[in-house]
Parts: sequence; C-alpha cells; structure tokens
Amino acid sequence: MSTAVDTTVPTIDAPRVRHAHINYLTADYGIKSWLLTLDHKRIALLYLASVSFFFFLGGAYAVIIRLELLTPAGDLVESQTYNKLFTHHGILMVFFFLIPSIPAILGNFLIPLMIGAKDLAFPRLNLLSWYIYMAGGILTFWALLNGGVDTGWTFYAPYSTTFSNTYVVAAGLGIFINGFSSILTGLNFIVTIHTMRAPGMTWFRLPLFIWAHYATSLIFILGTPVIAITILLLALERLAGIGIFDPALGGDPVLFQHLFWFYSHPAVYIMLLPSMGVVSELIATFSRKNIFGYTFVAFASIAIAVFGFLVWGHHMFTSGQSIYAGLIFSIISYAVAIPSAVKVFNWTATMYKGSISWDTPMLYALAFIGLFIIGGMTGLFLAALGLDIHVHDTYFVVAHFHYIMVGGALMGYLGGLHYWWPKITGRMYPEGWGRFGALVIFVGFNLTFFPQFLLGYMGMPRRYHAYPADEPLWQVLHVMSTSGASILAAGMLIPMIYFIWSMRYGRFASANPWPATGLEWRTASPPPTENFVTTPVVTWEAYEFRPMQEVEVVGPGDTPAQPIEGEQPTDGKR
Amino acid sequence: MQSLQPWVPFAPEQASTIAGEVDALYLYLIVITLFFSVLITALIIFFAVRYRRRAPNEVPRPVAGSITLETLWTVIPLLIAMTIFAWGASLYFKMYRVPEQAMEIYVVGKQWMWKFQHGGGQREINELHVPVGSRVKLTMATEDVIHSFYVPAFRIKADVVPGRYTTTWFEATKPGRYYLFCAEYCGTNHSGMGGYVVVMEPTDYQAWLAGGATDSPASQGQKVFQSLGCATCHRNDEQGSGPMLQGLFGKQVQLDSGASVVADEAYIRESIVNPRAKTVAGFQQIMPTYQGQVSEEQLLNLIAYIRSLGTTTEGGAGGATTGNGATTTTGIDPDAQRSNPIGPTTPSEGSAPVTNAPGSTGGQPEGAPAQRSTQRPQGQSGRRQQ
Repeated sequence: MSTAVDTTVPTIDAPRVRHAHINYLTADYGIKSWLLTLDHKRIALLYLASVSFFFFLGGAYAVIIRLELLTPAGDLVESQTYNKLFTHHGILMVFFFLIPSIPAILGNFLIPLMIGAKDLAFPRLNLLSWYIYMAGGILTFWALLNGGVDTGWTFYAPYSTTFSNTYVVAAGLGIFINGFSSILTGLNFIVTIHTMRAPGMTWFRLPLFIWAHYATSLIFILGTPVIAITILLLALERLAGIGIFDPALGGDPVLFQHLFWFYSHPAVYIMLLPSMGVVSELIATFSRKNIFGYTFVAFASIAIAVFGFLVWGHHMFTSGQSIYAGLIFSIISYAVAIPSAVKVFNWTATMYKGSISWDTPMLYALAFIGLFIIGGMTGLFLAALGLDIHVHDTYFVVAHFHYIMVGGALMGYLGGLHYWWPKITGRMYPEGWGRFGALVIFVGFNLTFFPQFLLGYMGMPRRYHAYPADEPLWQVLHVMSTSGASILAAGMLIPMIYFIWSMRYGRFASANPWPATGLEWRTASPPPTENFVTTPVVTWEAYEFRPMQEVEVVGPGDTPAQPIEGEQPTDGKR
Repeated sequence: MQSLQPWVPFAPEQASTIAGEVDALYLYLIVITLFFSVLITALIIFFAVRYRRRAPNEVPRPVAGSITLETLWTVIPLLIAMTIFAWGASLYFKMYRVPEQAMEIYVVGKQWMWKFQHGGGQREINELHVPVGSRVKLTMATEDVIHSFYVPAFRIKADVVPGRYTTTWFEATKPGRYYLFCAEYCGTNHSGMGGYVVVMEPTDYQAWLAGGATDSPASQGQKVFQSLGCATCHRNDEQGSGPMLQGLFGKQVQLDSGASVVADEAYIRESIVNPRAKTVAGFQQIMPTYQGQVSEEQLLNLIAYIRSLGTTTEGGAGGATTGNGATTTTGIDPDAQRSNPIGPTTPSEGSAPVTNAPGSTGGQPEGAPAQRSTQRPQGQSGRRQQ
C-alpha cells in the first residue's frame, strides 16, 4: 500500500481511478517488449491472441459444415471440399485450440501467481514454447490454405498414407512441431509446481487448478511423444513407403489406430482436466466454500490422468481388434468414469450451504457440470461394447465428444477467462452482457448437439457430406442442429466483443473483486511484473475464506482485499 | 424384446434378432443417465436458489468432507457401471460369435461401393438381398482403404480392414429395405458409399436367386457410373467439368489436338482407362485414370450405359432397357427408386443377381492390389506433396 500515490482510496463500488502502479502491462511498451518477453503473464497473452485466432478459424469451418447439412443433398460444397472442412475444423480445434487453451493461457498466467512464485521455472523455455506453437500453427495453417487435408483429424491409415492426395505431411509436421510446445509447457509446469511454491504452500494447500495442471502436464510429457512418433511413421510411410501400416509390406493399418489413440485419448483429458481445475476454483469462490472432499478431487485428477492412458482401445471396438482387448478396454473405461463422477458429486456438495452468487463465471461453471454429466454419461453408452457397435462412428459419437469438449473444456475455458479477466487486464467485463452471453451459448450449444445424439442412434454416420432424403426426421434434426450452431456462433461473438471493449472501457478491477482466497488475488490487478513485491507466506488452507479478514494485499495493490464479515462472531480468529 | 420398440425414442427399425437387445441396453442407460442428470441438476438448482447470496459480505460456515459420502458415491456408481459393462460385454460376445450353419456371403468394399457375392455366385453392387429368418455370415475384405459395414436397422457394424478378412453376422426378422452405410471415413465419396439390404421372404429370395430377371448391362453400368462418382464431372447438363455424355455415343467428337474421332466403344474405353490420350476440345486434362479400378466387365457395362444415354436427353428415356422392362431409368430420372440412399437415383427393383459368368473377373475380391487413389484433386495425377 505504501507505493500507492492516489489520494482517493477506491472502493469496490467505484474504483474508477487509474492504477498508479506499474504492472506487467505497463512495465514496457513496443512490439519487442512482447515478442521477446520472458514474463509468463505476457506469454500467456501471446497465447491468448494466437489460440483465439485458431479458435475462430476452426469455428468458421464448423459453420460451413452445418450449413451444408441443412439439406440432405450435398449441394453447398463438393464432397472433397466438405471432407476438408471437417478435417480442418478438427485439426484446428483439437491441436491448436483445445489442447493449448487452458494450460497455455490460464495455466501460464496463473500457476506462478497461485503458488506464489515470480515466474515459471524456465521463462526462456516458456517463450520458446510459444514460438514452437506458432511455428507448428503457421505450418499447418499454410498446409490448410494451400490445398488442405482430407483425412479427418484422425489421419487413419491407409487412407492418409497411400490414398489421400492432399497435404498430409505438411499438416502432420505442423502438429508434430506443435507437440514440442506441449511437452515443454508440461515440463515447465511440473518443475515449477515442484520447486517454486511459496513458503507454507504445501501440496495439500495448492488450489485444485494446480493439481489439475499437474495431472495435465504428466499427460503432456508422457503422451505427446507418442503422437510425435506416430506422425513421423505416417510421414515415412507416405514418403518412403516403409510399410509400417501397409499389409502388403507386412504392416497393419490397425497399428496406426493403436498409436494414434494412445495419445489422442489421453489428449481428451488434456482438454478436460484443466477445465475441471477451473471449475473447482469457480465453484469454491462463488459458493464461498472450501471444496468438499479436496483430497478426493485432487487425486481424482491424477487418477484420470493415469487411467486415461489405459483406455485407448475403446475407440476401436469395431476395428477388428481382439474381443478380449475390447473387454479390457471397456472395463477400464468404466473405471476412468468413476473419478469424474466423484468430482461432480464433490462440486455439487460444495454448493451445499454455501453463499452462492450467480456471476458469469459461476454460470459457466454450472453449465460445465450440467453438460459434462450428459457428455460423461453418454460416454458410458459408448464404452458398453454391444451398444458401441451400433453407435460407433455415428453422430452419437460426434454429439458425445462435443458435449465433453465444447460443453466441458470450452465452458471451463470461458468461465476461467471471465473469472480471471479482472486479474489479467485490470478491468471488469460488463456483467449483464456476460450473463446474457453465457445463456446464449448454453442454449445454442444444446440445440446444436443434443439433436445429434438422436441422429446418431437413428444411424446417421459421421463425416457424411449428404444423407438420405427420404428420412424427413433426419433433416428436421439437422435443421435444429444448424440453427443451434448459428445461435452458438452468435453467442461466441458476444464475449469476444465485450472482452475487447472492456480492455479500454471496462470498470477498473480491484485486486480481489469477487473476492476469492487464492494467492493470485492477493496481488494487484493487473499484477506487477514480478507478481509479488514480497514473497507471500501461506498460513491458510486452500479455499479457506476465514483468513480473508486478516489478509492485506501484498505489494502495490490499490485496494485491499475486501474484508468479509463472518456469520459467526464467535470465531476466535477475529 | 420386440415389444420394446415403442419405448425407444428415435431408433431405427428393429429388423434383426440382436436389435431389440441393443435397444434394451440403450433404454437401461437412458434411465440411468436420466436418474443421475436429473438428480444432480435438481440439486444444483436447488442449492443455487436456496443458498443464494443474500448479503454481499456473508461467509458461510465451512463444511468438512465426509469419507462416508465419498465412499458411497464412488462405490455405487462403480457397481452400476459394472452392470452396464457386463450387459454390454455379453451382447458383444453374441454379436461376434458367428452361429453355425449360417449362409455365407462375401463382401468387398472399395472406394466407393459395396460388392456382394452370394453362395451361388450371384453378384450385386450396393444392394444385398437376404432371406428373412436365416443367419447370414458376412466375410468381408477391402480393395483399398478401411471401410465399415453398417446396417442401423440390424444394429451391426464391422470395419473392413486391408490385409485381413473381418466377419459379422445377422439374422433379419422383418422383410423390408434397410439402409446400408459405410461408417468409416474412406475418402471423397464416403457418404455415397451405401445402399440397401433387402430382406425378403424365403420363397421370394429363392426366386430372386434363380434370377427371374437379369440386370441389363446398361443398368449395371449405371451403378458403376454412380459408384465411381463419374456424375460429379460428367453431369447431365453443360456445367460439369467433364464432357456431357448424353447423346454422345456414335457422334463425332472434336479433340483438343484439332483432330476428331467417333465416340465408339474403343474410344470410350480408352477415355476411361487413359483419359489423357484424347482430350475433348475445351476441357482440361483433369480426369484420373481408372486403369485397374474398373474391371473389363465393368467397362463393358459402362459403355452399355453411355450408349443407353442415346442421342437425345429428353425424358430420360435414351433407350435404356432394364431387366423388368417396366421402368426405363437413367441417371436423370428423379422418380426412379434408389439403390443408393444418398447418391443420385438408380434403378433397383429390377435388379437381380448377376450370374457368375465364367471367365468374368469383375468384382473379385482376391488378388486385387490396392490401387492408388481414384480422387486426384484438380489437375494432379501424381501426389501433391510440398
């Protein structure tokens, strides 16, 4: 507080006075200060810009896909074009949006802040990760622009190795390069969490966001090399015909599927776990309660990361793999569902007797839980061997993984972005528009993807450019889905617009506007470059709302944390 | 299990012995899903309203965790999950254990058609005729990429994988025409790779097998034409990127070399297997070769089809004589019944098995080496690699 030069003391209601302190945004100006920055917070913003670019690009492809499916005939685009559209949509969304979104943006920004560190363990490596991400992204983007890829994001052999005449190797190489960004980020996170926690920040005082990112980083490090090898083999097969996947040369195309899903199933948890970490933070803050069963939620993250490596074969029940392999993969898939269920029950229990506010981030968190239940439960349908035979590779699967990835990962990402927006930018987004946007996105999402469950069970295969015209119900459901997609697309623009607007015109945010308990809220908004002026000492448990009464902002914040009056005046700590 | 049909929302018809059992498991899962999603959603809404923040500064009393609750909501879902697993697994065994005394049909998938061969040598493309009440075992191979044989009404699906035979089986319970799809993405015309499974009464099936009416070469050629996606470029109007074929046969064709040639059998055959030899004036050299992709038998059928398009484009007549002679059908008759549920129309009712002509090579699954691509993008005959 000593460095504040403002004469007026801003309050939570009217913090209209410009921040006087130097923060990470105002510490330096110019393009070089951004492109060569070693500050994890600035690198997070570099990721935010580039990831958002790929997200809107991937979304644009989805819009054309949905428009094509308005009518049964394939009349809007050619078949080959359609195949490229869904391939590009998948590649961009999976590899360049969903996987980096929360870890590289929110994780990068928040992990040091949450554990009380000045930066990640390897700041240069962190910047390098962004450059690697950009190199991979630009290469893939170039391949998509110059002809594109038509293999589907799954690159199944032998179509991708022998039959497709599109830019498979270039796009694959982009994904290969991008993988190193994931590996280095994961490494950085693990080392940081192990070695750079502030005094008193024990493992079981860590926010669950950190646990989730720790589990995610494990998958980054252990899983990503496998996809790198797989892409390398694919390229060798394509360029040199070495025969790994070609039965005529003694190979096996199903081997590709094993390798691919060995990474790509855990990759689902790369997308989901950080989102679960965000939701834990949101539920706690907006219920003002400690997370019910903290250790169970923390270890559920680790369990999901570990079990997630053992279920890849459930993508291959119809592929001709052995029936016994199918049995094992099915039963382990049920095992991995349990920690997810445990998390949902604990979040629900956290709300019990809480003080629940309906701010935008909380709306996203509740949307996450609702959609994740549907996404998760339909996963049980797909893990049931005899039932999967019918619904595999239909729109049922498409609906299921969109409920997990959009309903889960994206909702968590948006909730987190709203929640930490004041910390990142020092400004508040407009709350009314925020709630409205969340509602539009929720409605649009469900209208888009729920009909696809029905379509799938009725037998509509995925990746179909056209569908039978003599099934009027199919078209009705597709029209519903497309209209939902229009609402969803419009809904996605709302946050984009007001976020950009708020960077200049938003109300100034206090250091702890919600208020919340984490260390990131005990420094100014936006934080100074070094995060904390003095190293914080942690003497409280995670999500312990009581000590808020005693805590002052560490460093040059312009408002102290809003003290919270307890319900129980008997509390001796007062 | 048939009685469950009305209870299953948005389900395809149950037309096989296994379909009802799959739907029963589906219903069980729907009930479980409804129970948990309603329970959690109701709790969340109730908590969000009941414990809404009433004063800006209120801090609720912290609640400690509960080992009992954690155990309960770990063990109960696990037990429920195991019942689903067991049910699903037993169904899976039933689907995979091919019963004895099943009639065998061979299936070959290739970009982008399904070829079938019955025990008696009868062949079909994109349509499979089977008798009701008999167990049918399918032995499947692919000539190129992975395909997946999917009949929603039977609730069966099996990938067809290069380098091996895969099998599946079904027993149809209801006569009718059911969709057949390719469920594994297989390239440009993936969504066009489908047809019908026609389930017939045993006596009708016997009559069909006996080949009451043989499918005319022109009508078979039309199927090949559709399956290969020729119509994408060779459209029945002037807009296609390839020459219009209506009225072509027997005419003089102006070539881009300045010469002209009569469009006879030899010229059409050459244009299919070696399209660059003689390019029609005003068109680009973008057609890939179909050498090795169409058998000689199919080439003859294609020529017959193009000949049937005649010298006039009116009325879709063109002199095509199909097997039953009742419907004259060409690719431009919108009312003709479909043999491909998604693609353009083709005749079907008149289709009958093709008797296995001695010496015919068409449609043999064995020994056909996987060929490179049929769909080369714009103007490239080789691979487009950077």
